[in-house]
Amino acid sequence: MSTAKAPAARKAPSGPKPVSYREALTQAMREEMERDPDVFVMGEDVGQYEGAFKVTRGLLREFGERRVVDTPISEAGFVGIGIGAAMAGLRPVIEMMTVNFSILALDQIVNNAAKVRYMFGGQVACPMVIRMPGGAGHQLAAQHSHSLEAWYSHVPGLKVAVPSTPFDAKGLLKSAIRDDDPVIFLESEGLYAKKGPVGGPEELVPLGRAAVRRRGGDCTVIALSRMVWVALSAAEALAGEGIEAEVIDPRTLRPLDLEALAASVRRTGRAVIVEEGWPESGVAANLAARLYEACFDWLDAPIARVTAADVPMPYAKNLEQAALPSPSQVAGEVRRLLGRGGG
Amino acid sequence: MAKTRSPSARDAAARPDAELMRGMFETMWLIRRFEERAAEEYMRGRIGGFLHLAIGEEAAVVGAISALRPTDPITSTYREHGQALARGSDPKAVMAELFGRATGLCGGLGGSMHLMDKERHFYGGYGIVGGSIPLAVGLAFAIAYRDEDSVAMAMFGDGAVNQGVLAEVMNMAELWRLPVVFFVLNNQYGMGTAVERASAETDLFKRADAFDMPARQVDGMDVMAVHAAVSEAARLAREERQPSMIEAIAYRYRGHSMSDPDTTREGSEKERWQARDPLVTFERVLLGEGVVTREEADAVRTAAERAVEEAVAFAEESPEVPEEELARHLYADPWSDDPRGGATVPGGGGGS
Repeated sequence: MSTAKAPAARKAPSGPKPVSYREALTQAMREEMERDPDVFVMGEDVGQYEGAFKVTRGLLREFGERRVVDTPISEAGFVGIGIGAAMAGLRPVIEMMTVNFSILALDQIVNNAAKVRYMFGGQVACPMVIRMPGGAGHQLAAQHSHSLEAWYSHVPGLKVAVPSTPFDAKGLLKSAIRDDDPVIFLESEGLYAKKGPVGGPEELVPLGRAAVRRRGGDCTVIALSRMVWVALSAAEALAGEGIEAEVIDPRTLRPLDLEALAASVRRTGRAVIVEEGWPESGVAANLAARLYEACFDWLDAPIARVTAADVPMPYAKNLEQAALPSPSQVAGEVRRLLGRGGG
Repeated sequence: MAKTRSPSARDAAARPDAELMRGMFETMWLIRRFEERAAEEYMRGRIGGFLHLAIGEEAAVVGAISALRPTDPITSTYREHGQALARGSDPKAVMAELFGRATGLCGGLGGSMHLMDKERHFYGGYGIVGGSIPLAVGLAFAIAYRDEDSVAMAMFGDGAVNQGVLAEVMNMAELWRLPVVFFVLNNQYGMGTAVERASAETDLFKRADAFDMPARQVDGMDVMAVHAAVSEAARLAREERQPSMIEAIAYRYRGHSMSDPDTTREGSEKERWQARDPLVTFERVLLGEGVVTREEADAVRTAAERAVEEAVAFAEESPEVPEEELARHLYADPWSDDPRGGATVPGGGGGS
C-alpha cells in the first residue's frame, strides 16, 4: 500500500506542502469553524486530549470550550444532544472516538437524525456531521475493527462519505459541514498518516461525485476508503503484466455516483468491487446489484467482490491479515475475470 | 422533596392569573374532547397506525406547558396530541395529521406519533421510548450556546426513566448547566407494566439525586400544582442555568394505545383515579374562586366539542397526500435532480 502512487486524478491546485489525512481533517474543521460561528465540535476527548487520533489538535486552544466540547462516555446521549442542537440550527461536528462506539448511538442516528426532516414533513433540518474513524489492521481484534459503511448507507435520510485521500478528507468534510442533512463521515484509521495535497478554503469536494484514481481499459476496480490504496497497489502489479485496471473511488455512498461507476464498467466490461466490510449484504453486494441493473448487457464476466472475511476480526496478526482484502487478492480477481493466469 | 435546592420555595409567586386559568381550562377540555373523538375515528378506521390517548393526563400536560413561554422549545413522546394542542396548534391540522391528509401538521408524513409544530416551538413526538429526551437537551445546548434565555423541556413517561440515555443526558445537562426541565409524566404504567414492577425506586424524581440535580414530585391531577412546579423549574433554568426534574403523578384512563385491550388494570383502580378527574377538580376551583360561572364552564365544553367537530370535518374533506410527496422531504435537496445522481429506485426512495 505504501508503495502505491498518489491518485492520478488530483493534482495539487494550491498546497505546495503535502499534509496528512489527519491534518487535512483538522484544517477542514478549523476553516469551517472560522467561517461559521454555528459550527462546533463535540465528542469524547476532543478538547484537552485533542482527540484519540489527534484530529482535533489545536482546536480547543483556538476556539475555546464553548465550541470544542469534551463529553462523558455517553455516545447515545451526546449524539442525541448534537441532533437537538442541529434541529435548533447549529452545525455540530460530532466525533465518535471510533465507529465501533457509534453502535451505542445507533438509535439516535437512525431514528432521529435520519428521520426528523422526513417524518415532520420538512419542518426541521438536521445539519450535522458525525465523524467516525474505523477499519482494521492494528490487531485491535473483534470489537475495535469494524467497517460499518453498509449499515449507514442502508438508511435513507443519512448521507455517507468515505474519503480515501487527504484532498478528499478535507474537501468532503467541508462539504459535509455545510450540508443541511446529517452526514456520516467514515474515516479510515489506517489512512491518518497518509500524506498528499489538499485544497484551499473554498476547494470543496461535492458529495456524490466519484473520482477515477487510475485510468485503464481492461477491468474496472471500484474501491472505497483505504481499499482504494489496496486497489491501486494491485493495479500497479497488474500493469507489469500488461493489464490496465481502472480504479474508481465512489467517495460517497449516499449520494452514490452510480453513473460514473456504470460508465467505466460499460467501457471495460468487467468489475471488481473492494471493501473492508463483511461480504453479506455489504456495500460491494449492493454496488454489484446496482451495476447489474445498470449495465448487464455490457458485462463480459460476472462482477467479483473482494471483502473482509465473514468473521469477527481475529487478534493474531497473521489471521487479521488473512481476514482483510489484499492487493494480491484484488489482482487475482482481475486476472480471473480476464481469463488470465491461475487466479 | 429530595433536596434543599428543590424548586418549591417560590411556587406561590407563579400562580396564574384568571385569564390564564380560563385558558388552561379550555385547553384541558379541548384535549379531552379531541382524544375521545380520535378514539371514535380510530374505531371507524379513519385513523391508522397506533393511537395513544392522553385522557386523564390533561392537567399534567397543560399545567407544564402553560408554565413556559410560547417560545420555549419542548419535545414529547408518541402520546403528544395534547402537547400540540396546548401549544396552540390548530386542532384541524392535528386531526388531519391523524387522518393522514396533506393538510396535516406534518403533511401526513408523521401521523399520531410524530406531530411537530416548529412555528410553535413544539419539536415533536417520537416513537422510541426515551429517544427524544437527548433532543430536548440538545435544544437547551443551543440556547446556552447562543446565550439566549429560553428553556427547553423534555416531556416523557415513567417508562423512559429506565432507558440509559436519560441518565446520560441528565448527567450532561447538570455538568454543563443547561437550561432544561426534565418532565416525567408518571401515568403509572409503561404499556402494561406497572411502575413498581419496572423501577426499583418508585419515586422516579429521585433519579435526579444521582446527578446532584434538584427535583420534586407533584400531583399530576392538579393543574395548578403542576403549573407552579414547572414555573419554578423554568425559572431555575432561565435565571440560574439550573436544570431540574419534575415528576407529575397522573393516570391514563385508557389503555396504552387503542390496540391495548387494557385487561390488566383493576376497574376499582381506574375509578379511584377518575374520582379525582383533573377537569372536574379544576372546575371546582374555578367556580369557587369565581374565575368562571357554571354557564361559562358549560360554554367551554360546547366550544371544545365544536372545535373537534370542525377538526374532523376538515380532516375528512382534506385531500390525500399526493404521491409526489413520497421522497420530497428526505433530503434538503433531493439529488435525483442531479444529472449525475443515481438511478431511479423502485418506489421513488432517495435515488441513492
